[in-house]
Amino acid sequence: MAELSARSSVHTGSVEARSSDEAQPAQARPPVLELDGVGVWLSGREILHDVTFALAPGQLAGLIGSNGAGKTTIFRIILGLLTPTSGRVLVGGHPRPRRNRSVGYVPQKIALDPDMPLRSRDLVALGLDGHRFGVPMPSRRRRQLVDDMLDAVDATRFADARVGTLSGGEQQRVLIAHALISRPRLLLLDEPLANLDLRSEHEVVDLLARIAKEQDLAVLISAHDLSPVLPVVDRVVYVAHGRVATGTTDEVATTEVLSRLYGHHVDVIRLHGRILVVAGHGESVDPTLLAQLSRSVATVAAGDDIPAGDDIPAAGDIPAV
Amino acid sequence: MGLWSHIVAPGFFQSSAVHNALLAGGVVAVVSGVVGVFTVLRGQSFAGHSFGDISATGGSAAVLLSINPLVGFIGMGVVAAGCMEAIGVRRARGRDVATGIVLGAALGLSALFLYLSSTVNSTTGAATTVLFGSLFTITTATVPVVVACSAGVLVVTLLLYRPLLLSSVGDDIAAARGVPVRMTGAVFLVLMSVAVALSAVTVGAILSTALLIGPAATALRMAKRPGTAMLVAAVTGLVAVWIGCLLAYDSYSWPPAHHGWPVSFFIVALVFVIYLAVDAGRWWHSRRLNAHHAPVES
Amino acid sequence: MFDAFMVNTWIAATIVAVVAGVVGFFVVLRGSSFAAHAIPNSAFAGAAGASLIGASTIGGLLAFAVAGALGIGWLGRRGRHDVATALAVVVMLALGSLFLSFSTQYAPETFSLLFGEVLGVSSSELGPTAGLGLLAVVAIAVCYRPLLLTSVMPDLAEARGTRSYRIEMAFLVIVAVATSTAVPVVGALLMFSLMIGPPAAARSFTANPPVAILLAVCFALVTVWTAIAVSYVTNWPIGFFVGALGAVFYVVGRVYAGWHSHRIAPTPLQPGLA
Repeated sequence: MAELSARSSVHTGSVEARSSDEAQPAQARPPVLELDGVGVWLSGREILHDVTFALAPGQLAGLIGSNGAGKTTIFRIILGLLTPTSGRVLVGGHPRPRRNRSVGYVPQKIALDPDMPLRSRDLVALGLDGHRFGVPMPSRRRRQLVDDMLDAVDATRFADARVGTLSGGEQQRVLIAHALISRPRLLLLDEPLANLDLRSEHEVVDLLARIAKEQDLAVLISAHDLSPVLPVVDRVVYVAHGRVATGTTDEVATTEVLSRLYGHHVDVIRLHGRILVVAGHGESVDPTLLAQLSRSVATVAAGDDIPAGDDIPAAGDIPAV
Repeated sequence: MGLWSHIVAPGFFQSSAVHNALLAGGVVAVVSGVVGVFTVLRGQSFAGHSFGDISATGGSAAVLLSINPLVGFIGMGVVAAGCMEAIGVRRARGRDVATGIVLGAALGLSALFLYLSSTVNSTTGAATTVLFGSLFTITTATVPVVVACSAGVLVVTLLLYRPLLLSSVGDDIAAARGVPVRMTGAVFLVLMSVAVALSAVTVGAILSTALLIGPAATALRMAKRPGTAMLVAAVTGLVAVWIGCLLAYDSYSWPPAHHGWPVSFFIVALVFVIYLAVDAGRWWHSRRLNAHHAPVES
Repeated sequence: MFDAFMVNTWIAATIVAVVAGVVGFFVVLRGSSFAAHAIPNSAFAGAAGASLIGASTIGGLLAFAVAGALGIGWLGRRGRHDVATALAVVVMLALGSLFLSFSTQYAPETFSLLFGEVLGVSSSELGPTAGLGLLAVVAIAVCYRPLLLTSVMPDLAEARGTRSYRIEMAFLVIVAVATSTAVPVVGALLMFSLMIGPPAAARSFTANPPVAILLAVCFALVTVWTAIAVSYVTNWPIGFFVGALGAVFYVVGRVYAGWHSHRIAPTPLQPGLA
């Protein structure tokens, strides 16, 4: 049975709620990525509110949420393309400057024209030094690095093909190689499974899990749906309406936790190893209560007692709004 | 000997006007080809074409103010590049409209300058000259300046090679890798405006577009690597300009007016024919490839 | 400026503005600004060729404008659209310069063909101008829904059976027809300014298509009438005022859009809202 350290201090929710079954070393190592109370206002609208979670090396996390929930915004903040209105972001313990190359990024899909004069290996090579001025000088070392990386993602057979002619799955591998070749500490993938067929989905997911362990990377995958990544993720960051709930899958993907996150009743059903989140009827939650709830949400697992405290109402007390 | 003198009319290699034309035209073709590859890749052909007309506006202004045309062409081009960047629209369609507005305003100014200079200086032929230009009327003094500026453009383009390439693949992966995407784009826009201005003052506005886009589009049909594409584009442009000059020189005795056909016509025709030929070649090649595969039952 | 000999100009200008507003709305919507610039340039080449062989100027305009439009459509199928447009425009202009070189006494007409001429429309030309303008507007009305659908959601349109390629070709030809009405009055080079500035501004004020079209027509009318009036008084070319006013309208539209979006009050996140 999972043991939880239900500390009540404000920002512990994401980091501390780990079961004792998990690898001990992960708990002891400093996190590669830390978001602490991050909030974002854009064009007069609040996009993110008090987002807090962390990732340790070797961990693979799923950033799950529907469109508009805030996933892309979180990515942009981690990449340093957007400055949060409040809170802070640390990568490798340092605040996130623009040119920090310890984050690799794989976008969802690039519209590549068929006449783009780049072969797969050229695109991967740009991952090494695409930001530098001047023309790349060919060198054996460079070529070797590229070959090795292409081999690692199993892309050698289309290494010399034009990137514009690759299929979705092939393009994705090349983009992953491009992101990895500079040895980042954190890898972000924006909906990597969205346009793939089922078999490619499995392949990519297995590839990512293997890479995370082999290279001791932290990997954050964004997706609509938890099921395809369920076999390989260690943790889940569930995003809804700009708020998050984080913890292991078991902790977060529960009826209680997600209902509080969404603000209305949802049912979480587990079926044959897959997780389904189903919206039900139900009353909305009072928004002021939700703010208090979301901080301690991740410390709660289904079936366990909710930590005692006057400010946390029992389920039956939530008034209909 | 008879055949040779039909292909190359006598006096071709001795004429100093031809020398200037070959040198200046050749240099401009090479730079346009290289810059053009990025222009086409980034979908900025409209901007590239606009700079030709816009810098011609600068030319009209120069005629009016009696200053060096080169200054007018390049100056106006850079100002326009700044305006386009300042309007700064991100979505492709919005950018299209912004380019069109700047172009429209510049053309309107062109009308004004030409009108004013025709009343002031009574030079009525200015419209055609400024717009269409002529390779054979470049003064020997301008040639070194054109060569030097072109070399400068080439150097900066090569400096920007990698960031530009990565931005052309995708803004977000470039930004994620630390490329200053907005600044790279702005610098490239200015580069393009200078390259096109140099080209327009030498060969005229129409030809500047043809040399910027045509060879690059042709090269992109064929090349698998960016360096190859730029090389092919440069060579194609060069060949088109040189053979065009030759044909124009030969045409001096042709009907109907017996003062030669415009060199811009020949060069454009060559650029276009080469593009069509390569395009047809690829189409035929891919049909042959597809014919070898058994049809799939669906 | 309201004397009898100017009446033709006012009528022609009104026709041109209406056509430009209606067609221009779709030009901006479809991102076809480059084609809208290229096709009048082709028209210019046609006028040069027509005067060479002594044929009707409008006929030459129309023939080459349509040829340019078809060329853009055909080349665009095989490659990038903007590359196709660039190639088409340079080929047409090169032909134009060829024709110009054959004739020797063309300079003043060149200027007015390019930049517009207050007295550019003779009575005999008014009929064809009106006819072509009507044709362009009617064609837009007929193709209204497929045009909207293919502009906004091309994939959905394909699924419903609308052939995007045919619509694109039809639209380019419509632009060609519209162009040939305008060239004698506002000039080849500035017709496209009318098709871009006023409609782009109109779109900043409303998202409702019929209202936007109406607004585009109004802005275009204001532009053309002002241009003619001021040109008449100052003798400066019409094209200059058209270009300048088009830019002014565009800027006003952008400023308004920017101001409008800042007026929305701050809204914090609430659960249950998408």
